[in-house]
Amino acid sequence: MIEAIPTQFIIIFVGLLAIMAFVGLNAVVLVYLERKVAGFIHRRPGPYEVGPPCFPHGILQPLADGLKLVGKQIFTPRGADSFLFWLAPMISIAPAIVCFIAIPFGPYLQVINTNVGLILILAFTGINVLALCLAGWASQNKYGLIGAARDISQGVAYEIPLLLVVLSVVFMTGTFNLFDIADGQGAWPWQWYIVYQPLAFILFFICALAETNRNPFDLPEAESELTAGFHTEYSGMAFACFFLAEYAYMVVAACIIAILFLGGFQGPVAPGIWWFLAKVYVLLLIMIWIRWTFPRVRFDQLLNICWKWLIPLAVLNLLITLAVIAL
Amino acid sequence: MIVKSLSETLSGMWSLLVGMKVTAVNFKSPQITVHYPRQVTNLDGYRGHIELVPSDEDPTKSKCIACSNCVRICPGACISLKASKPKKKAAPEKTDAPSTANEAQPESKKEAPPKKAKPELQSFVLDYNYCCLCGLCVESCPSGALRYSSDVYVAGFTRQEFVYDLLSRLQYQAQKKEQ
Amino acid sequence: MNLDLRLDTKGDFYSQRFQPTEREDTLVLNMGPQHPSTHGVLRILLEIDGEYILRAEPVLGYIHRMHEKMAEVMSYPQYLPNPGRTDYLHALAWNWAHVAAVERLMNIEVPERAEYIRVITCELNRISSHLLWWGAILLDLGAFTPIMYAFDDRERIQDIMQRNTGSRLTYCYYRFGGVAADIDDKFIEDTRTECARLKDRAKMFKDLVTDNFILRKRMEEIGEIPIDTCRRYGATGPVLRGSGQPYDVRRAEPYSIYDRFDFKIPAYDTCDSMGRYLVRMDEIQESIKIIEQALDTLPEGDYILPKAPKRPKPPAGDVYFAVEGARGKIGIHLVSDGGKSPYRLKLRAPGFSNLSLFSEVAQGTLIADAVAILASLDLVIPEIDR
Repeated sequence: MIEAIPTQFIIIFVGLLAIMAFVGLNAVVLVYLERKVAGFIHRRPGPYEVGPPCFPHGILQPLADGLKLVGKQIFTPRGADSFLFWLAPMISIAPAIVCFIAIPFGPYLQVINTNVGLILILAFTGINVLALCLAGWASQNKYGLIGAARDISQGVAYEIPLLLVVLSVVFMTGTFNLFDIADGQGAWPWQWYIVYQPLAFILFFICALAETNRNPFDLPEAESELTAGFHTEYSGMAFACFFLAEYAYMVVAACIIAILFLGGFQGPVAPGIWWFLAKVYVLLLIMIWIRWTFPRVRFDQLLNICWKWLIPLAVLNLLITLAVIAL
Repeated sequence: MIVKSLSETLSGMWSLLVGMKVTAVNFKSPQITVHYPRQVTNLDGYRGHIELVPSDEDPTKSKCIACSNCVRICPGACISLKASKPKKKAAPEKTDAPSTANEAQPESKKEAPPKKAKPELQSFVLDYNYCCLCGLCVESCPSGALRYSSDVYVAGFTRQEFVYDLLSRLQYQAQKKEQ
Repeated sequence: MNLDLRLDTKGDFYSQRFQPTEREDTLVLNMGPQHPSTHGVLRILLEIDGEYILRAEPVLGYIHRMHEKMAEVMSYPQYLPNPGRTDYLHALAWNWAHVAAVERLMNIEVPERAEYIRVITCELNRISSHLLWWGAILLDLGAFTPIMYAFDDRERIQDIMQRNTGSRLTYCYYRFGGVAADIDDKFIEDTRTECARLKDRAKMFKDLVTDNFILRKRMEEIGEIPIDTCRRYGATGPVLRGSGQPYDVRRAEPYSIYDRFDFKIPAYDTCDSMGRYLVRMDEIQESIKIIEQALDTLPEGDYILPKAPKRPKPPAGDVYFAVEGARGKIGIHLVSDGGKSPYRLKLRAPGFSNLSLFSEVAQGTLIADAVAILASLDLVIPEIDR
């Protein structure tokens, strides 16, 4: 009986379950981290009160937030397209989880070691744009509509430099396999690809910020302009899905940066998984740090940055890479 | 032109790094907030709702001479007070008109002749719902019978909870102090 | 009841009478009265083409509290708390305008020390108002952190002010003929420390925000208000000074003792949001200079006239008194018929004139820019609606 189920399927099933747990846990940790970092930057303690004395420093705050979101009423606005309205949060969260199956967390910790890992991730992250578009469109809200329009143009524009930058790394390594890319780099920082591709690293980081809708590129949900952008009308768990997805995509982006440029799970002494998580969390901390420092850019500026700076620089980077490889 | 815009962008990027340094420095600096319910630092100058000042002889009695100055000046009309007619029948023509007697009270009460018996305060009710905490009543009080309390913990479920009977509050406080 | 019917009615009184342009591909967006960046209950009807604003129309009146009518039914001292509630961020300037108008009508000479105390507290209040504005505009531009740093200083100023005024926001401190309470040594000492601290903080504010590339791109050459637009709408305060006209009531019609202090009137002729931003940042420093000079020369004496009228009855006549508030020229026109309350009291709110030019300036800008322009006008809605 058990032989009838392919092993690959079982692995993916178990892997997805584990990833869901990981995404959920990560969201909890990241919410806490974000609020604490914000608090410390603002020179206040951040969440502090939630939880009994055995859980000091408000460690239970994300759980309380989650419980609150679960307990809230979810409603469909009058005039909304209820099918698309409810489809959108699902489309948003589901690909985010799938993205993780190709990521090598450690030398032996990867759900599927596939040759198209990088393409798979880039393809699935692209679906998020569709989700936000549907959310904004279906919610019968003008702010939502503008948010959706912003998200599409932003998402589509930033895919291009992102892919170009990824290509230059791929040309260097000759593979889309994330495990091989990470494996190709050495344990020490000077053996990482960031040394060979510093410009690509910076470009990728900027694009990742824009793709994950993080400040200073958080235009689809620009609070002071569009109240909440595409998720204006969402409440409760539907909002939580977008929220979770945003954090999941942040983690995905940080994972890819860590693999492509920072050696992935490679590192001296400690086992690979710890190095990987450390690198990912450092990158996430930098994202959070940026969010609490800068004002938001304007929409036309955002596109200008992309078309006038990022794409030419990415092309230039690609050409130089190709030239060096050819030589 | 390209050089100019390039240098502008580079200096712009540098300004972003400078900004990140500022937040990093602040991240490391000690916190400046106080943990409010456990630490209270700036309540000493707080002007809460008004309360009656106990008189020097009897802590359950107020210094109030029931002149109604505060009632007249209050912009929100939130003070109402009742005074008994003077007990001693010293001047019968004045007892029938206590309000005029109150108004006739001179500003310095100690120089008042003893035969003019003071009207005694019977109730002093503050409707805190309408109070704007301007403090004009305290300033207008000739006998110094009003002061600000430092009572910041005001919360309740009904409006009626904020109609304070200040005289019974004074008596309650006096009793509590005795215990 | 058929709920769908309500979808067919097109909005309320204002949106029904909001005449869109002839084009059919535009969207009428109702921004406010509940919107994060309208600073309270301002409502703006926007007609947008994509994100470009074709027409903008502010709708007022959501927090109209009849402050002018209240003056007519209240006695003079009873009205004392009211002006502080119109513009709650620079309450003392409003206090001052009201008190000084009555004083001028009654020919009351305010003691020297009281004038100094008024200057010190009013300027402290101006700093705290500008600090809050600084945080708020950055909040509108998407930066969350500066408002926390602004509140750090603002709280300190409020702690200082709480000692003598007793309030933290809606001050009611000035009285006819002086101020309500004297300042003590601790107040002077704290004020000096705070002034020194604010001078230090200026560098951090500059590094974190003023020099920031993104911010400069968001503010420079955005929302240009030419000087004649300012004149046509009667804009005053930092809006006018940000358009290059160094007009300040403290200098133009010196009231109280402002002619004794040495301070600059910052003005930038870039006319854009950045100009208005820089004016306010400079004004914080100028206010510090005024406070320090006032503290150095603070005379002894009464803080209120010993024979200050408790229930003033100004003679019949009318008087106008203007002071420089954080948002512009605050004017009070008082008509007295000799009674215990004014016959008519007109409040000139600077924010009202400043807001009026918004619909002209916002045309053709992006929504994000409109938010930045709105923030750079520094609006306090209760003051506009009165």
